[in-house]
Amino acid sequence: MTAAVLPWVLAMLGAAIFLALYRLVRGPGLPDRILALDTLYVVTTALLIALGIWLDSGVYFEAAMIIALLGFVGTVAFARYLERGDVVE
Amino acid sequence: MNPRLVILDVVARPLYVVVLLASLVVLLRGHNEPGGGFIAGLVAVTASVLWALAHGPAAAEARLPFRSPLILSAVGVALGVVSGLPALLFGDAFLTHLWGAIPLGFTELKVSTVLVFDVGVYLCVWGALAGYALSLLEADLTPADDERPEPRR
Repeated sequence: MTAAVLPWVLAMLGAAIFLALYRLVRGPGLPDRILALDTLYVVTTALLIALGIWLDSGVYFEAAMIIALLGFVGTVAFARYLERGDVVE
Repeated sequence: MNPRLVILDVVARPLYVVVLLASLVVLLRGHNEPGGGFIAGLVAVTASVLWALAHGPAAAEARLPFRSPLILSAVGVALGVVSGLPALLFGDAFLTHLWGAIPLGFTELKVSTVLVFDVGVYLCVWGALAGYALSLLEADLTPADDERPEPRR
């Protein structure tokens, strides 16, 4: 059952990454781009976990955990920058 | 100083511990699997940056081991040097690593000087990059102080 579903899951997560990338490139404003990046992190985490289940390898879970942690801090940093509203000279 | 963000403030406290635990897991499993000192140090830097974003760079610096990124990275380099010394006692080249096992009865604990070296890399990367990131954040905060009305000299 899982083996039958997983290719579809991977395909849909891949499509989600491309949709997030589209928003990242086209996003009219900075908040749109930051949210797109955050979505990208989340989808990448899910993709790595799905890939780990598919390939039956635990290595990917570690990478997924690290991407989740770094992604959160990255989003917080971007949001903090947005709040200040100016660039580091 | 930025106004305190209550949610970030509350979330940062447990997450700091979780990120550091994750970095320890990466550090220790790096012996036989992907991971190791460098990437674990980078993950630990994330924890420091998170604390700096929530409470300011000075508070994050006070949370580092030895309370100073400089001393932390110095201790890391010193550990790396120390891990290379035992090889000299056995007449091998410097940094030739040694492996051994301590029997504990039901199992045996495998030890090696590589682990000491890895911990040294971990502390060095953590100290160096946390110091780098924290001074960048500090520099980011300083222009905000200039915006306050103050007498021009």
